[in-house]
Amino acid sequence: MPLVKDGRIIEDRYLRLAEGAAVPAHGAIILPASRFLADADNVLRRDGPTGVLWPNDRSVGELAPWLGGLALIGLSFPTYKDGRAYSQARILRERYGFGGELRATGQVLRDQFLFMLRAGFDAFEVVKPADAAAFEEASRRYSVFFQPAADGRITVARARLQRASSARQAVERAVSARGVRRHSAAAGAGMAASPSMIHVRGPRERG
Amino acid sequence: MYAYDEYDRTLLAERVNEFRGQVARRLTGELTEDEFRSLRLMNGVYLQLHAYMLRVAVPYGTLSSHQLRRLAQVARRYDRGYGHFTTRQNIQFNWIKLAELPDAIADLAAAGLHGMQTSGNCVRNITTDQWAGVAPDEIEDARVWAELLRQHLTLHPEFSFLPRKFKIAVGAAHHDRAAVAIHDLGVRLRRNSGGEVGFEISVGGGLGRTPFLAKVIKPFLKKRDFLSYIEAVLRLYNQYGRRDNIYKARIKMLVHDLGAEKFAQEVEAEWSAIRDGALALDPAVVAEIAARFRYPGYAPLDDNPPELTAARADARFAAWLDNAVHNHKQTGYAIVTLSLKPVGKPPGDCTAEQMDAIAEIADRYSFGEIRVGHEQNLVLPHVAQRDLPPLWRALDKIGVATPNVGLVSDIIACPGLDYCSLANARAIPVAQELSRRYRDLDLARALGRLHINISGCINACGQHQVGHIGILGVEKNGEEFYQISIGGRADEHARLGALIGPAVPYEEVADVIEDIVETYLDLRARPDEMFIETAERVGVEPFKERVYATR
Repeated sequence: MPLVKDGRIIEDRYLRLAEGAAVPAHGAIILPASRFLADADNVLRRDGPTGVLWPNDRSVGELAPWLGGLALIGLSFPTYKDGRAYSQARILRERYGFGGELRATGQVLRDQFLFMLRAGFDAFEVVKPADAAAFEEASRRYSVFFQPAADGRITVARARLQRASSARQAVERAVSARGVRRHSAAAGAGMAASPSMIHVRGPRERG
Repeated sequence: MYAYDEYDRTLLAERVNEFRGQVARRLTGELTEDEFRSLRLMNGVYLQLHAYMLRVAVPYGTLSSHQLRRLAQVARRYDRGYGHFTTRQNIQFNWIKLAELPDAIADLAAAGLHGMQTSGNCVRNITTDQWAGVAPDEIEDARVWAELLRQHLTLHPEFSFLPRKFKIAVGAAHHDRAAVAIHDLGVRLRRNSGGEVGFEISVGGGLGRTPFLAKVIKPFLKKRDFLSYIEAVLRLYNQYGRRDNIYKARIKMLVHDLGAEKFAQEVEAEWSAIRDGALALDPAVVAEIAARFRYPGYAPLDDNPPELTAARADARFAAWLDNAVHNHKQTGYAIVTLSLKPVGKPPGDCTAEQMDAIAEIADRYSFGEIRVGHEQNLVLPHVAQRDLPPLWRALDKIGVATPNVGLVSDIIACPGLDYCSLANARAIPVAQELSRRYRDLDLARALGRLHINISGCINACGQHQVGHIGILGVEKNGEEFYQISIGGRADEHARLGALIGPAVPYEEVADVIEDIVETYLDLRARPDEMFIETAERVGVEPFKERVYATR
């Protein structure tokens, strides 16, 4: 099963351990939730990055004490129709500020990539090789986003206001004999107003 | 009208491209039918009994004449020359070929129309009062808030794979014309004692197998909190709504299981964590959207112009005027309802020729604007009263001036077994037969306001549980039977109807309805006591006795 990370197909450096397996002293590992919780502090003292596979029916708030030490959280899509992990991902990124790898596991298909990216996932265990190969295309299907989310893309509402304010400023500049007044919003607005509309990515809106 | 800008247009174009790719992958077999299913559903494409069905949204029920012409064109080019308006401000085309769907969707997108999120387990088309923006009794134009929600919930990164579908209605008037109480989430604009306008939020309404009316969980929500609060509701639902049983997956079951009070507390807790974040509404954002709802330049006119008084001499015109024409915010103007319920025809159907003609008429008499109402009728929202006589002649010519709006033959019905793969029984022929029985408009007028709703199965697309008289098709040993209920209503006094007794066979339905109507005539306290008022006053018993005495 191909792993896509930061937009590229890569080798998975993590070893996924089963429930009863011994935890190696070195190397990158992913533990089941119960195994991790049973001995979290010790596990995190190991030499090597540690990840946890978290079920979608358990509050991610339980992981709060260890988020600083976790390198990876795998969230689960038992079927692509089960969207609980989208909420978990956003809460981890936006509420807890989790900065490690957020990996989508389970039935991960091409048509979910963009939703997942927006919710804060940055790694994907993709079921079909053809879908993994199409990651770049699928993640660029849309250039227009209405919601503030974990990816921090500028929203349409914000872009519209910036465009309106930059238009106002242009008028002011034109009528003003005393020169140009600049606003911090104007830089992003220029990009948002570009006619092609392919990359509406301005200042981050997180927070 | 809401004016789309390049952001809206870009999104629709990107959606068309995406769907074209998905259809291509399905046709080559790269996508299994199961994988394709939810992708097509999120574009309004169902697989029905005979063919694929495409459901197109009419957001908050507002159409331009240009868009209506485009719907006519799609009906002609890809379908069999007609469309069907539904109870949720959508239009359905029943005979579209899969391979042609991307082209049909591209043609629609070029006119700012789409089927996005009209089905599937996501937030559906957001509906409102078909009179929004022109109703004399409204606090504000509800469409501004519906549009804000539409944008926020379009391709939402968190709420596109919910446990089940999620329907939202927004109402802003004293009278609830949007059936807010039967929605998963209901929004009603309210003015508090300090004069501030905000929202009453209710959750957990819905019909189907286990009907519930929505319960108020927030009596007054401030405007700035509109999006964050609704996001909190959806986040709770996404995480805790049941996914193990499709019949228990709607938010109404979660609200019922937790209790409305506990549910409200959980929402408050989640909301408190996000209310001051990026979703806190900037008034400039609301103003920007409000500014793109353009209102016509009304002429300074007086009410009841002489042309109107003179035309009243024609009894047919007067009957239509009294039935289908309502007061407008603006002096000298009127709101006109076009009945899509002619005698003997399927409720809500509209031919391509009618659509083209209505577009033409709207251009001439209604500033090019048309509305779609949840009763499956159309509305011309800005008609000068002096134009009513020629407008009536034009509407009468194309068969949409039957003066039966709100009367016994203005029946709401789902497509039923004639089209739908879920149905147990036919709905349209029952409606057709009833409309023939009550073709005498003097009789229909004498009965006053009386809503009959027909569903062909328990999924209740015909909203039978909130019909003054509700008819539900069921299947018994391979035969079509119908359960009859009375006393339901979907307005600001919403309640669910009560069954009157055992189901009756197809052949007897119209007779039973006639018995019920006659019972009402015998029992009503005065001629202007509506059927629903009599039913509420006397209860089910007298109706039951009459219906089953001889059966």
